[in-house]
Amino acid sequence: MPSRGEAPSGAELGRRLRERDLTAAPAVLNLVEHRAAGGREQVAALLREVSPAVLGGEAPAHIVGVTGPPGAGKSSLLSELVRAWRADGRSVAVLAVDPTSKRTGGALLGDRARIATESGDREVFMRSTAAGDHLGGLAPSTRAAAQALAAAFDVVVIETVGVGQSETDVADVADTVAVIVQPGSGDVLQFLKAGIMEIPDVLVVTKADLGNIAENAVRDLSAALGGLGAREVPVVAVSSLPPARGIDELMEALEGHRSRIDLEARRVRARRRHALADFAAEHGERGLRALGGRRQAQAFLDELAPELDVPALEDRLEERARA
Amino acid sequence: MMRTYAGHSTAAKSNELYRKNLAKGQTGLSVAFDLPTQTGYDADHELARGEVGKVGVPIAHKGDMHALFDGIPLDEMNTSMTINATAAWLLALYIVVAEENGIDQAALQGTTQNDILKEYLSRGTYAFPPGPSMRLIADMVAYTVEHVPTWNPINICSYHLQEAGATPVQEIAYSMANAIAVLDGVRERVDESLMPKVFGRISFFVNAGVRFIEEHAKLRAMGVLWDELGRERYGVEDPKLRRFRYGVQVNSLGLTEAQPENNVQRIALEALAVTLGRSARARAIQLPAWNEALGLPRPWDQQWSLRIQQVLAFETDLLEYPDIFEGSKVMEGLVEELLEGARAELDIVQDKGGAVEAVPYMKAALVDSHRERVRRIEEGEQTVVGINRYTETEDSPLTADAEGGILVVDRAVEAGQIADVERWRSSRDEAAVLDALSALARAAGNEDENIMPATIAAARAGATTGEWSQTLRDVFGSYRAPTGVGEAMAGGGNEELAALRDEVERVSEGLGRKLKILVGKPGLDGHSNGAEQIAVRARDAGMDVVYQGIRLTPSEIATSALQEGVHVVGLSILSGSHRELIPLVVEELREAGVDAPVVVGGIIPEADVAQLREAGVDAVYTPKDFDLSKIMRDIVELVAERHGLTAAA
Repeated sequence: MPSRGEAPSGAELGRRLRERDLTAAPAVLNLVEHRAAGGREQVAALLREVSPAVLGGEAPAHIVGVTGPPGAGKSSLLSELVRAWRADGRSVAVLAVDPTSKRTGGALLGDRARIATESGDREVFMRSTAAGDHLGGLAPSTRAAAQALAAAFDVVVIETVGVGQSETDVADVADTVAVIVQPGSGDVLQFLKAGIMEIPDVLVVTKADLGNIAENAVRDLSAALGGLGAREVPVVAVSSLPPARGIDELMEALEGHRSRIDLEARRVRARRRHALADFAAEHGERGLRALGGRRQAQAFLDELAPELDVPALEDRLEERARA
Repeated sequence: MMRTYAGHSTAAKSNELYRKNLAKGQTGLSVAFDLPTQTGYDADHELARGEVGKVGVPIAHKGDMHALFDGIPLDEMNTSMTINATAAWLLALYIVVAEENGIDQAALQGTTQNDILKEYLSRGTYAFPPGPSMRLIADMVAYTVEHVPTWNPINICSYHLQEAGATPVQEIAYSMANAIAVLDGVRERVDESLMPKVFGRISFFVNAGVRFIEEHAKLRAMGVLWDELGRERYGVEDPKLRRFRYGVQVNSLGLTEAQPENNVQRIALEALAVTLGRSARARAIQLPAWNEALGLPRPWDQQWSLRIQQVLAFETDLLEYPDIFEGSKVMEGLVEELLEGARAELDIVQDKGGAVEAVPYMKAALVDSHRERVRRIEEGEQTVVGINRYTETEDSPLTADAEGGILVVDRAVEAGQIADVERWRSSRDEAAVLDALSALARAAGNEDENIMPATIAAARAGATTGEWSQTLRDVFGSYRAPTGVGEAMAGGGNEELAALRDEVERVSEGLGRKLKILVGKPGLDGHSNGAEQIAVRARDAGMDVVYQGIRLTPSEIATSALQEGVHVVGLSILSGSHRELIPLVVEELREAGVDAPVVVGGIIPEADVAQLREAGVDAVYTPKDFDLSKIMRDIVELVAERHGLTAAA
């Protein structure tokens, strides 16, 4: 319940997620977004309950990052993907991150209006969050939310806005990152070539109904990927206009990526990045300096045991900073 | 031609009203349909709850249409139907009713509004995505040009753009862009030689605000542009076919709930905007009722509006002179200025790929213009008598009676209509209906086929409004229009807003996370101005805002509120169905476990406020609460109180 003191504890919510109780999701989000004193311990308790050690392995969900510039057609595409996942009988959580207005500190969270879901479907959860002051498009709570919900949902989607930077952050959290490209815009192509953005796991060209422009975009992107030695990255053209096209192919590309990667390694990295991001949010540049800088801190984390959960990793960072 | 926009409750009741109005000297009919009919749902659909017979008459099948025009000779009537997404269907029903009364469709005269773009931009009663909707319109134009030659198949509406906040320049540019999109679509479906005739059948439905000199200039500018367009883009040689033909409903946005009697003089002045100069005079005028901001007008209220027109036409010398602005430097200058602005704006829209592609751009631009208008009124830069100046008033004898001076629709109407549609379905030839609907689906799936013959066949077979629409939804897909609020410019930096932001931040700190508000529009009412302005202002006040657009069921709103973890829920509703829908939403919220406070805004008569409070609503706002910052302060305080956070010192 979004109010007054009777909120369930982090540990209890974690247990409910482990039992795949999807109705815990709203309270989980309220908890991880809570910044006040005492909130951190609750989040730690939640994350401990859904850690690989307790789950007996990595959380089962496929965590998918979807990112791209405004107007590229992310939301229409997500509507189709959610529909396809649901048709497969898979439960879906969507964590949509919207930018915050620099001038007012407020945010219009528009995705609920744009992503169409079947009304009354209890196996779809959607939460919009403002990115706050964070560059890179990811709200601090989103890492914890994704990690927690992955224990209960079959698919967890993180949607962010932007190009060039945001996919880096998303890649820290997601198993598979799909970058959305609008045909004819050229940004992604330039950023890829210039090395401004990392090579995504899947590239999606929207508005395939436009015909030639979309085909050209697919060809140019494929050529660029070839030049970068990343020929294996699939480039999928989709159209969200009815009848939607390319969705099955995209589903296959996402699945294919998930089955090829070393999931455990990716999740371990995600937990380490998560711990470092939390530490940096808490202690700022000064805290990072105490660890010898970001790269040093990462190297330190990389030496630690892979089975450590996020709260444990954070404890290690705290200890080291104090030392 | 003089008429008043009317229809309510049931087909039989509306028929009675029409006959009465005709007897009083009205020379045509203007049919108002209820929201389920406008959006393609039968009375027994979940979304129809609370809306049946509210803002117009429910028409579910040809039986209803027969009842609506019982005893009215269709071949002598000029009938205007305010219908858009489902226009093809309602015209088909009209044609079938005529046919079954032995009248040839070629003899029918009238207008279907049929302008879908303004539904996405302003009014919200769309049913299908833009592409297929534009095809339906093109099909209708192509069909009527051949088979119902004196029918006006489309009325391009700039009216609703002004209601959504459009400046005169935007109103001119967007309506012209809209007409271009329609004409270009029709061009692909008819023989090129028919295009001049098609062009000549396009008419407009415009708005006239209280700044009546500028408004008159706007209409002259539209005439110039239209003539140009006909000549240059469509090669129309006959000047008669290039005449800018328009009907008008004067501005409702400017009508006030406070001191509503002032609306009478506003309406009369606005009527001058469209009648003063002969060369840009309206062909048909509809005047709203003085109490429109309060609720649905009664017959007496409508009579008053008709009498305003009659005084203007028959007592004054208005109609005795040629164009009185001919040679006026001031008028010419004004027209020139508007033309220049409109051409530039039209170029922007065309550069974006035309009106259909530019819907998100235009929507965002309108939300911004409206925001600016609200700001000017709030800060006193624009005077609205009775609202931000001269607000002191004697008690009004006009609104003194218990009903608050408005018509209330009997709640039994909905149940009656549901029973009626069920009876209809069980008494018709089901196999014939199913055949007709599958033929309709086939026609819809084939872009090269005109959808009208299959639509008329379905009407004849006895299909219902909901069935026709669902068949097309299955083929065309569903659609949610852009809300325009995400793109709206971040609002200004006045002190009041800064103080409000500080307060939002303080309360957010206390809550542990950013104050989050859900702005929801339950039901079928598509008038989203109010909700959009609240959403944008809440963002400007530093809140996190979830705004989902229009047409939500109570359970969808409850699910959103729960999943989004909002601290407060704001509901907006203007269709008069607040009595049914708001308590349902509150109930669903509580059932979902959301105990956030609920505030409601809309056209809500004083008499209903207590009932809403009783249902669990914490605050009710009506059009007289024009100060959005004050509403925001109230909301923040409400949240603070609910969470035991003391208000600011």
